[in-house]
Amino acid sequence: MNENLFTSFTTPVILGLPLVTLIVLFPSLLFPTSNRLVSNRFVTLQQWMLQLVSKQMMSIHNSKGQTWTLMLMSLILFIGSTNLLGLLPHSFTPTTQLSMNLGMAIPLWTGAVITGFRNKTKASLAHFLPQGTPTPLIPMLVIIETISLFIQPMALAVRLTANITAGHLLIHLIGGATLALMSISTTTALITFTILILLTILEFAVAMIQAYVFTLLVSLYLHDNT
Amino acid sequence: MASVVPLKEKKLLEVKLGELPSWILMRDFTPSGIAGAFQRGYYRYYNKYVNVKKGSIAGLSMVLAAYVFLNYCRSYKELKHERLRKYH
Repeated sequence: MNENLFTSFTTPVILGLPLVTLIVLFPSLLFPTSNRLVSNRFVTLQQWMLQLVSKQMMSIHNSKGQTWTLMLMSLILFIGSTNLLGLLPHSFTPTTQLSMNLGMAIPLWTGAVITGFRNKTKASLAHFLPQGTPTPLIPMLVIIETISLFIQPMALAVRLTANITAGHLLIHLIGGATLALMSISTTTALITFTILILLTILEFAVAMIQAYVFTLLVSLYLHDNT
Repeated sequence: MASVVPLKEKKLLEVKLGELPSWILMRDFTPSGIAGAFQRGYYRYYNKYVNVKKGSIAGLSMVLAAYVFLNYCRSYKELKHERLRKYH
């Protein structure tokens, strides 16, 4: 049981070939493009959802920030679809791997910060000191703000990894517990099964929320810096 | 009786059993040929089940079911140990 619990998080390799590449590329199959004005139901639904999300998320930015729309929309689609696909039985979720989340978080955060430093240097540096701090506190506060700035990409990556991994682990454990309890006491097994149902609903929500949070935070870092 | 249509252009269901090995060898196994095969397969599925006027959930769920099945095949080796048997 101990070895089995974490084997679902290992990178899939078949005969030494990285199968994980195919799994990461798979969600792109589920988002077909269409050049028509009136397309089929599938594409129309996706375009409607994308319009809703992009309007909600990019309306706070100025024109310079809105050049990031494509990046942020692909980000939320990728994270959302990968998380939701991971809820299918036996599937592998790439976002449980810290390496991948770091690979998403660090470049985006660095891009936002460097944009801020290049274009609005004074305003970016001013972020290190909140308004209205008493003078004796200034050195300590600058240090704290610097640390909080540099921890942002780590927090982005670790938040996503930990949330999705924890959810999957809980589902594995409670599912295993339900199965083991069935022969011992059916009522307890039923209670555990109800918990499993609720947990699965939570996981669906978490899958989408995490995507939203990741993208929202990147967009906030962008807003500060444009 | 000699074939009227050349072997290369016949579809699979029209090939006679004796001609099958030569038919397989005549297929295009270059990278662009394989890519073409994947592209043709994708568009066949897409145009039949998704790109229709009243597409239903079946188009998407068949893809997801195939995905689940392929992942099951991939992790069969580890799952083998969790069968309900007295001796593993």
